[in-house]
Amino acid sequence: MTTLVCIKRVVDSSSEVVLTDDAQAVDGRYAGFTMSAHEECAVEIAVQLGDATVMTLGDADAVEQLRAALAVGCTAATHVVADPQTFGPADVAREIAAVVRDSQESGGGHDLVLLGNDAADSGDFQVGIRLAYELGWPVVNGVTNVSVADGQVAASGAGPDGHETYRLPLPAVVTVLEGGVEPRYPTVPGRMKAKKVAIDERTPTAEPAGPGRVRLLLPPPAPSDVQILGKGAEAAPAVVDVLEQLGVLSR
Amino acid sequence: MILVLVETSLAGDAVEVSREAVTFARDLSAAGGGVPIDVVLVGEPSASLVDELAAYGVRRVHALTGPAFEAFSGAAWASGVLAVRETAGSVVVMAAGTPRGNEVMAHVGARAGVAMAANVLSFGGLSPFTVTRQVVGGAALEEMQLSQRPAVFTVAGHAVEAAPADAPGPAEVVVETPAVAEADLVARVVSTEEPEPDLSGSLKSAKVVVGAGRGAGSSDGFGDLLELTELLDASLGVSRVVTSLGWRPHHEQVGQTGSRISPDLYIPCGISGAIQHWAGCSSAKAILAINTDAEAPMVTKATYAVIGDLHEVVPAINAEIRRRRG
Repeated sequence: MTTLVCIKRVVDSSSEVVLTDDAQAVDGRYAGFTMSAHEECAVEIAVQLGDATVMTLGDADAVEQLRAALAVGCTAATHVVADPQTFGPADVAREIAAVVRDSQESGGGHDLVLLGNDAADSGDFQVGIRLAYELGWPVVNGVTNVSVADGQVAASGAGPDGHETYRLPLPAVVTVLEGGVEPRYPTVPGRMKAKKVAIDERTPTAEPAGPGRVRLLLPPPAPSDVQILGKGAEAAPAVVDVLEQLGVLSR
Repeated sequence: MILVLVETSLAGDAVEVSREAVTFARDLSAAGGGVPIDVVLVGEPSASLVDELAAYGVRRVHALTGPAFEAFSGAAWASGVLAVRETAGSVVVMAAGTPRGNEVMAHVGARAGVAMAANVLSFGGLSPFTVTRQVVGGAALEEMQLSQRPAVFTVAGHAVEAAPADAPGPAEVVVETPAVAEADLVARVVSTEEPEPDLSGSLKSAKVVVGAGRGAGSSDGFGDLLELTELLDASLGVSRVVTSLGWRPHHEQVGQTGSRISPDLYIPCGISGAIQHWAGCSSAKAILAINTDAEAPMVTKATYAVIGDLHEVVPAINAEIRRRRG
């Protein structure tokens, strides 16, 4: 039983967002980068399940995120080298499916593909589901816990009416939400080992159809009209006046 | 025709974000010269739900029934939505941007071989059909063309305010039991456990939320904040730093990867207001920020602010509330 976990290099959520001149992407010169938070948890689950390969579709810099996943226990990495801004969710799903199929043909094969529920930047909420249709596999979406036993995957997470459990045969696609597992920190030996892993580089199998993006824009900056109620403990009466005005103190 | 997937609560009402999606559909219908709006939902609707949807300007309510729809399966729901779409000939298929809404619309997009735009805030032109949606947790927007038919998208929570139609007519109910392939039932919910009390459900519906960030200092730094929460009958929400450090459980997290809240008042204490957190709290009607840094994004975006250490300010507020209550 081997797992493929798919990650994406995205802008760190603590960065200020500045757009490129062509308004097609966030300008990386002003941003820090990380992997999406949900994917950190998908990587943790993949490592716990054992024998995990990590993959990404991204530019040359995305190697950094692959190494991060290798440092916490993934044992192999595949890098589809491409400009992710020109790939829509259907394009990305097709490229992941190609990696899965090639792995099957070479005798390896993955029984389970894990992804994040949605990427922190493009927020498409659909790559895992489109991948499942590409492969003809079932897909469970937005779960926090995943376990595998006897060729079956059990996955669970919060639903609108309570904690929901799915149980289905492998192979399957599962998309993960943050909150069920604690992603481990890499150890120094883990980092050293990660540097030595040879990354399997690939080129995309087809020209991307694209994301349908016309342009990115920034929300209009709201002028700050904050009313400063005071400094330190002395502000307490003014705060409670506001609470009374807003009617949240009635009791 | 515009087809909207409507989600219902356990009590059988249309959830607020679904009513928002129908309101959005009405604006789209008006722009398109009065295209009829149908909704599709799972289970037989009560008479009061049908009346409510009629008041929102819905022409027809398609109810998906039968064993295939008794437990949730994204593929089965999408198959049902597309069965309705085929007979009714919809050019737009949409839902609220909830976990279910995004999931089912992603299945619809994949099955129909068309794009799906998640978390749309507004639409621009109709030809080509252009939508603006939230990306990077709402820190940026994307204009996206949906040139294929059906146009498939979800509406971001609170993009519009749910409002009944000015001149509604009656709505007709059509009960349908479309055939669902076995393959679409493989990944379905096999059990649902009652949620533990006081999980994120109360956070999402709370009228007042007290927020806590790195400024809490440690897992022991929440005493005064919890007291304020109790005094205001509020819920506690925390930033991602707080859950990552293990100070508080994940179900209390507000943000891009936690709960999205829309209380009447949000009181973030010691939270700087990075994108990750702002994505979860930007729908609050008023914000009262307590922070040592007057330049923190949370302070400049707030309605009211106190500049100071939460460990000094919050106990003083608690004492003042108790004093006024006698």
